[in-house]
Amino acid sequence: MELIKRALAHAFARFEAVFEYAFGQRNTPFAWLGALGWYFYWIVAATGVYLYIFFDTGITDAYASVEYMTHDQWYAAGIMRSLHRYASDALVVVVVLHIFREFAFDRLRGRRFFAWLTGLPLLAFIYLCGISGYWLVWDQLAQYIAVATTEWLDTLPLFGEPIANNFLNSTTLGGRFFTLMVFIHIFGPLFMLLLMWVHIQRHSQAKVNPPRPLAIGTLAVLVILSLVFPAVSQGPADLDVVPAELGFDWFYLAGYPLLDLVPGGQLWLYLFAAFLVLAVLPWIPPAERVPAAAVNLENCNGCTRCFDDCPFGAINMVPRSDGRAYESEPVVNVNQCTSCGICVGSCPTSTPFRRSGPLQPGIELPDRSIADLRDELVAGTGETRVIVFACDTGDTDELEQDGVKVIRLPCVGMLPPSFVDFALARHHAEGVMIAGCAEGDCQHRLGNDWTIERMARRRDPYLRQRVDERRLCLSWLPRDSTRRRQRALAEFRVTLSEIDDE
Amino acid sequence: MNRVVQAFLYAAFAAFVGYLSVAPAYQYADPEIAVIKLSLSHAAERVEACVKLTPQQINERAMKGEPINECERERLPLAVELDVDGATVLSLAAVPSGLWKDGPASVYERLAIDAGVHTITARLRDSARETGWDYAYSEEVSLAPGRYFTITFRAENGGFEFR
Repeated sequence: MELIKRALAHAFARFEAVFEYAFGQRNTPFAWLGALGWYFYWIVAATGVYLYIFFDTGITDAYASVEYMTHDQWYAAGIMRSLHRYASDALVVVVVLHIFREFAFDRLRGRRFFAWLTGLPLLAFIYLCGISGYWLVWDQLAQYIAVATTEWLDTLPLFGEPIANNFLNSTTLGGRFFTLMVFIHIFGPLFMLLLMWVHIQRHSQAKVNPPRPLAIGTLAVLVILSLVFPAVSQGPADLDVVPAELGFDWFYLAGYPLLDLVPGGQLWLYLFAAFLVLAVLPWIPPAERVPAAAVNLENCNGCTRCFDDCPFGAINMVPRSDGRAYESEPVVNVNQCTSCGICVGSCPTSTPFRRSGPLQPGIELPDRSIADLRDELVAGTGETRVIVFACDTGDTDELEQDGVKVIRLPCVGMLPPSFVDFALARHHAEGVMIAGCAEGDCQHRLGNDWTIERMARRRDPYLRQRVDERRLCLSWLPRDSTRRRQRALAEFRVTLSEIDDE
Repeated sequence: MNRVVQAFLYAAFAAFVGYLSVAPAYQYADPEIAVIKLSLSHAAERVEACVKLTPQQINERAMKGEPINECERERLPLAVELDVDGATVLSLAAVPSGLWKDGPASVYERLAIDAGVHTITARLRDSARETGWDYAYSEEVSLAPGRYFTITFRAENGGFEFR
């Protein structure tokens, strides 16, 4: 499993490099796949509402109403219809990529299983809504879908009389099933929205809107596609005629040709097995159980910074329980904490300058204490010119070299800015490099965003003013960027030498 | 950031989505072939016939609010055969629906066949008889290419209906 993930992650890194070059790191679509999914959902919903105004929900008039929209009102409803289709297709593209990418980057195991599991019914709903939408056009493709779907459903032991009988020939055609599809196509997306909301429940500050340039660019390209290549129907449905050749939307209908090759019951079994495999993936293999962040109440004044910065909503503020004069205290939900340490980086008591008593901040990771981090920083720094604080997930092994000490953290968001000040002010290093994931694509969601803001003195805890910014290098790079990282380090060392020469 | 590469990637995305939304075309059926659809839903006789009650027994039961018939629920499977030009192309036994196998049995089959004139014979057995058929119907029909020919069954209308 690890090998598959590594190979996929490598493939993504290669592919994404082109997009990073074109869009810049912050706006690269691959860092916004989930948000793009939301965005396409809203486009589909908005265009759907417009189309519904002109759509005739009766089976005998549906086709004519869609034809009216497509041809007579091509400038408005026609474009809306095309946008409706292409945004739905784009939704499938980004969702599939999102699934593979989260798997490849191992963002599904351990306490992060929730979003993965709640995403699975969403996938089913996307298909339910998409397929029911094609049905409503009531053209030849819709006829094929109606017959193939009902024949497939009939292989389940659920219905007394075959529901495919509804589409046996033109004399048996009734509006009953068609009305059901209209209902599914309207209420399915509403239920899907509820599931989308559940999907992001364990993410604080969930990314549900792509950056503006990406949103504008994507919408523009879909509108242009709609104008150049408008979506059209494929001739009216006639249940006495066998549909021969069909223009197929492979994003939604790719599984249908399998019905001609595999018995329907068997296909249900494969589908069920595939969902089962996807459902158990977060536990293959089970994640190492890293202890969750722990609160030390005696050093906590309930400032709420950890609560604000936790990317997984694992910290709640509750009324103070120790009788001290503070309003609240943080409580860590161990079932949601991913042990990224970002809360430790946000805690103002995580300062290595402290001399009185043991160094124990208000919140910290039992397996990676701030005191150990200070000891590691201080130990044997005589020859060190640069200290690199790096994410565990980054490619930082290659940075080990003479005069460079690499200190690994679960996420660089765990690094309190005071450590940078400490390393420089106490002459443990001439420069500090922070090496993390690509901007906007932190393995722990918000670690690099918070670090950028803390080091830029825009977010509490701030980097002290006395720190010479030239001696601090922030390096945000995607995976498989070893050479670029080495180059950044080399350039930083040159900068440090130039400062020394001044 | 490179606007030219960006424009190229947007165009590639549009082409990818636009193309796969309608192409390549899927060849579902040969336009020269006709398709026979056989669909029926019919309750066969019960495995054991109902016990015939006397008028007095029926009265007594009615007074007590008890059911006035005494039947085992399970029904026989439905035997169905279809011949085209004398050759049997379909032969099956449909199991009655329901947990107690007391509902109607259903058959839904699609058969591709060369267009042209054919003699089609449909047969159905819904009783415990060991030989012969309870319903049979044969007709010479002309099957048009690319069209469906449907065979349904309604016992109340006398049996099979060809269309």
